[in-house]
Amino acid sequence: MPLPSYTLGVMEASAYAPEVFAHGLPSSPPEQQPAANGEPIGSVAGVASALLSLQGISLSFGGVVALADIDLSVRSGEIRAIIGPNGAGKSSLINVISGVYRPDRGHVKLDGAVYAQVPTQRLAHLGVARTFQNLALFKGLSVLDNVASGLAYKVRSNFAGQVLGIGRSRGEQRDSLSRAEQILEFLDLTSVRDRLVGTLPYGLQKRVELARALVAQPRLLLLDEPMAGMTASEKSEMAAFVRAARDRFATTVVLIEHDVGVVMGLSDRIAVLDYGRKIADATPDEVRNDQRVIDAYLGVASDNEDGAGI
Amino acid sequence: MTAITSDFSSAPVLPKWVVPVLLLAFAYGVVPLIGSSYLFEAILLPFLALSLAGVGLNILTGYAGQVSLGSAAFMAAGAFAAYNFNLRIEGLPLIGSIFLAGIVAAAIGIAFGLPSLRLKGFYLAVSTLAAQFFVQWALTKFSWFSNNSASGVMDAPRLSISGFALDGAIGRYLFALTIVSVLTFLAHRLVSSQTGRNFIAIRDNETAARIIGIPVLKTKLLAFAISSFIIGVAGVIWAFAYLRTVEPDGFDLDRSFQILFIIIIGGLASIRGAFFGAALIVVFPLVLSRLGGFLLGDLFDSGVLDMSQRIVLGALIILFLILEPDGLVALWDRIRRRLLFAWQST
Repeated sequence: MPLPSYTLGVMEASAYAPEVFAHGLPSSPPEQQPAANGEPIGSVAGVASALLSLQGISLSFGGVVALADIDLSVRSGEIRAIIGPNGAGKSSLINVISGVYRPDRGHVKLDGAVYAQVPTQRLAHLGVARTFQNLALFKGLSVLDNVASGLAYKVRSNFAGQVLGIGRSRGEQRDSLSRAEQILEFLDLTSVRDRLVGTLPYGLQKRVELARALVAQPRLLLLDEPMAGMTASEKSEMAAFVRAARDRFATTVVLIEHDVGVVMGLSDRIAVLDYGRKIADATPDEVRNDQRVIDAYLGVASDNEDGAGI
Repeated sequence: MTAITSDFSSAPVLPKWVVPVLLLAFAYGVVPLIGSSYLFEAILLPFLALSLAGVGLNILTGYAGQVSLGSAAFMAAGAFAAYNFNLRIEGLPLIGSIFLAGIVAAAIGIAFGLPSLRLKGFYLAVSTLAAQFFVQWALTKFSWFSNNSASGVMDAPRLSISGFALDGAIGRYLFALTIVSVLTFLAHRLVSSQTGRNFIAIRDNETAARIIGIPVLKTKLLAFAISSFIIGVAGVIWAFAYLRTVEPDGFDLDRSFQILFIIIIGGLASIRGAFFGAALIVVFPLVLSRLGGFLLGDLFDSGVLDMSQRIVLGALIILFLILEPDGLVALWDRIRRRLLFAWQST
């Protein structure tokens, strides 16, 4: 589904002005209601839109509201950060985008197709790759094999062909390995290519996970706290890699991060979540000066500071 | 399930194919000349059959991370299927019966692998017990499988390949050795292919595997199918070449556990591990009985032997799980590295 990027359609306007169309599109046809699991429930061909947009996403676990009526739009080629205090719903949002969770309400529009739940199994085919907050590498495989596994979704040879080394399996094998090697070189991981991934230091493992996501050259890259637990220098290194990946592969990046400083320098636009609600969505400079964001991060001074009446 | 792949980078190593080729040359060229019939009948034939079963289970449990307690059922399915194909299809060469038997075992493996799509770990292991009990029950209940034999124990057909009889001890040994070598080679190719990497990916992180687009359900069933195929052929070797009878009794739960122990002791996710483990399991009771007889004389009768065998084996498994969870293979590699290092520094 090619994306004409030159027109600004109604759909995108709604995402930018949530207060106008607070609950999705007033004009959306009934067949666009979330229904089928993993199947696109409609498409908006002809209407240009963002690469990814979330419309009215709500999600709760039991009585706990994780996400409340979130709209988010991600333009092609931008680095989009989602920040917020612990428990703000950032990871839930990524899990909704990647189809791990099904939202209670709202839908995800990816490249023109609308989903009630993004089909996880077809995510790679849709050009979406992600990393995980807690490392999700394959410990028993080497660095090279971990990265090459990012191309497994493309493999069409069957096991018999692979075992006997006939048919298309050889070409595929060569192709995956050479592409994996290129990514390793790009992320400066070549020196550890044959190491078991579990034996690497944490910062490098994070980078291997980025490599595994990048090797498929996704159009949308979801990074769930790519710099969590890193030292300051590792963080700036990782930020540089993320930016380089965007520039080189024209990948759109959605990233979640705790470290506001890193995010400010890295992202084009930032959405701020607090208690499952989006409280700000703007450029880094605007977010930095937004009173609600400052309140959410630093807390609000009580009106009753001297404690009178308690 | 931890993975076992040793880091060889520190030691200078021969090309990977050298050791297997030398071993094969020895097994084909030297062993038949010097081996006694006792060596073939009591040690090498069960060793080969159990090694192959271990290779099969290792693909499922060691590589793909799906625990199974139904190995003996797949062996039984293989043995009975080969017997019936051989009996009922006129003119089918023995190798054809064995191949079809593997296919039957694979089909049964897929059927009993279906729970793996929803169950994991301990729960899956328990559900594979169903295979164990069901197959044994079906083989005993329906006498068609055993050709209405009154005792349920049938003589295995004589082994021959294109008219060339292989029913002496050496012939059966060579027959088993050939099948085991070929399947082991293919298994080795499999685990280093993309499919093998998918197995490991699913074992190590199923969610991540699904997200990056590995077809998880298909891959799990494929692991069950391939593993059961190999175990089924191992069952044929066990019945046709080693025991020379086909009967359900030998394929009980004890055998399933034995194969699981083989891969735990030998080393999970290692093809070599299955051979190490099988060697230990086969040789260990013989050594124990000799040793016991030597130390205790007549006191060490078969009852005591059986009991002490279980006690020592149980202790060994506990020790391995605690001290060397990566099995004999890891132990072997470490010793070899030490020796190489010592040799280099002199």
